[in-house]
Amino acid sequence: MLGSFAVLRKQSLLGDAISHAALPGIAIAFLITGAKDSNTLLLGALVSGLIGTFWIRGIITKTHLKSDTALGLILSLFFGFGMFLLTFIQKQPNANQAGLDKYLFGQAATLVESDVWMMAIVTGICLLVLLLFWKEFKILLFDADYTKTLGFNTKFIDILITSFIVLAIVLGLQTVGVVLMSAMLLAPAAAARQWTNSLAKMVFLAALFGAFAGVFGTAISASQNNLSTGPVIVLVASVFVVFSFIFSPRRGLLFKQIRFIKNRRDLQLHKTLAFMHQIAETHEDISHPHAIKILNNFQGFTRGTLQKLVEKNYVTLQGNMWSLTEDGFNTASNLYNQQANNE
Amino acid sequence: MNSAQIEIQLIASLVAIACAIPGTFLVLRKMAMISDAISHSILPGIVIGFFITHDLNSPVLILLAALTGIITVILVEYIQKTGLVKEDTAIGLVFPALFSIGVIMIAKNANDVHLDVDAVLLGELAFAPFDRCIVSGVDLGPKSLWIIGAILLITITLLIAFFKELKVSTFDKGLAASLGFSPAIMHYGLMSVSSVTTVGAFDAVGAILVVALMIAPAATAYLITTDLKKMLWLSIGFGVLSAISGYWFAHWLDASIAGSITTMLGFIFLLVYLFAPSKGIIAVLYREKQQRTEVSLLTFLLHLKNHTEERERHVNHLQEHINWQKVRAKTVLELALKNNMILVEDNIVSLTEKGDEFTSLAIDYIISNKDTKIEDMKDDFFLFRG
Repeated sequence: MLGSFAVLRKQSLLGDAISHAALPGIAIAFLITGAKDSNTLLLGALVSGLIGTFWIRGIITKTHLKSDTALGLILSLFFGFGMFLLTFIQKQPNANQAGLDKYLFGQAATLVESDVWMMAIVTGICLLVLLLFWKEFKILLFDADYTKTLGFNTKFIDILITSFIVLAIVLGLQTVGVVLMSAMLLAPAAAARQWTNSLAKMVFLAALFGAFAGVFGTAISASQNNLSTGPVIVLVASVFVVFSFIFSPRRGLLFKQIRFIKNRRDLQLHKTLAFMHQIAETHEDISHPHAIKILNNFQGFTRGTLQKLVEKNYVTLQGNMWSLTEDGFNTASNLYNQQANNE
Repeated sequence: MNSAQIEIQLIASLVAIACAIPGTFLVLRKMAMISDAISHSILPGIVIGFFITHDLNSPVLILLAALTGIITVILVEYIQKTGLVKEDTAIGLVFPALFSIGVIMIAKNANDVHLDVDAVLLGELAFAPFDRCIVSGVDLGPKSLWIIGAILLITITLLIAFFKELKVSTFDKGLAASLGFSPAIMHYGLMSVSSVTTVGAFDAVGAILVVALMIAPAATAYLITTDLKKMLWLSIGFGVLSAISGYWFAHWLDASIAGSITTMLGFIFLLVYLFAPSKGIIAVLYREKQQRTEVSLLTFLLHLKNHTEERERHVNHLQEHINWQKVRAKTVLELALKNNMILVEDNIVSLTEKGDEFTSLAIDYIISNKDTKIEDMKDDFFLFRG
């Protein structure tokens, strides 16, 4: 759901960066409290995710480093630091540390009821905030400068969106793990984007796709031995994306190709018609029959196209001869006019 | 220091150098995230290679993995070309999918062999020296040393051979194309080198460290210099420095070497990010403050020039009129006095000859839309900057 905003804000990889950046937070939270209470750890992840995000923001605005560099930098540095802390923790005498690395790859199966409740509550809050600030989010998304002139506090809205994205990611970490979280954020949104141009519909569709991917993925992984849930969910989501890319009615590759071919045919038809018009113009009687052979000295003419012209009542065929009808002549001359107008 | 320690540091340094060279170009070409994508998506390639050869260090495996890396790049580019999503989304879609395939393949088929996700992602440098390369009974040193050394040699040869072409195609694609070198070949060449380096290094240091070693030194160097050659040298230097200091740091704390090298990289980047002479945060903030004061000064002088009546030029009146806070007004007033732009008599402010000249010129530039010239003008007029 929140992924829609990330995709549209061209911050798709932010999810990836945040999910990696959350790791040191988990480790530090554990170092401080010494307990493996999932809420404290999530809080730590949230804080370090936010620090990572704002540092990325700082690098982009204050220096000439580009966003991709900033993302990659923070991602790898935070993650490396997190790994460093984890290995450091493992050497500590506290026996409680086992299982911290389940955050790396995620285990949906290890979730307990309280975790699920927690997720449900946070999802509810996200929805509520989304509805409350819907107008503001939308306007900031598409025209940031305009928002500023309208007097909205853009910084506040911006931070709000970012915080919620971070929150969603951190929660998801437990389920699908660090590496695959970014796909969970992106894939449903990217798939939804292909079907609609309206933000509201897109968010709704993204949520739907995400939920379906989750359900199917879990079902598939449960039906087979030895299949971890996270990767399967991601693969299901990817299948959604590929399907959307190919079959979506307006932006899909399939329909684009069909449209492309259709346009090309139309163009060829016009070409033939224009050529006929040129010949017909030299005669007083526009319906004066001509041999089909004359058409041969230019390419793109087939019996099929001629047949099509006949169907449209532009041309009549008599044996080996063709002649333009009144209708065809008019269309052809209009075709010329249009071209002249366009030039 | 025993020989294993020396070998570890040597491997780490070689990896750092091998990563820094393609890394510099990736950062300059705004493709840094591609390295992250490659490092994840080589997993299925490694797994397939492992099924075929059953040897983690065989060249076939490296080739297959590098091939997957290139496939990733091609896929990303294809998705991007359809125009359906932006480039970063394309990256974000491709690599988790490939990575998932890899993870599932491991889970299904390779449960009982020595190949797990942790090892691939994180690597363990400390074990590198135990994997010796033994040719006809003679111990030639750790295997990964040879692998990474060979990759480094290839990279350096390619770099020297194609330095000019790389440089032109990085900074001006149009010019490169018109001069007759194909930007596509350069692009895929660079991508292949990055893939091979990533694969060669992953088994010694892990995928995440590879990304860190590619991006962080280059980004740090980019903050300090804008000269390509200097940037290359600097990023190599930063890479090696953090590799060696990271090793000792890990040795001291008994933690993961890869992790502590990354931590050192981060630490160095933080230092440079804060204190770099012209692009560091502190320098940027200082310059912004200076510019704000100078713009205020200009506003103030323009105001003075517009109002000849004494009543309008009274100090107190100015304060309410331009609506500055006290401190701000004082800073601006002092700056103007220091630069001999104004005179204050009985709390009445008036422009000096120099101030008048400056303001007239500034107005000319503003009217003719040449705002940038004001910056040069400031150098001529100001004795003290804000």
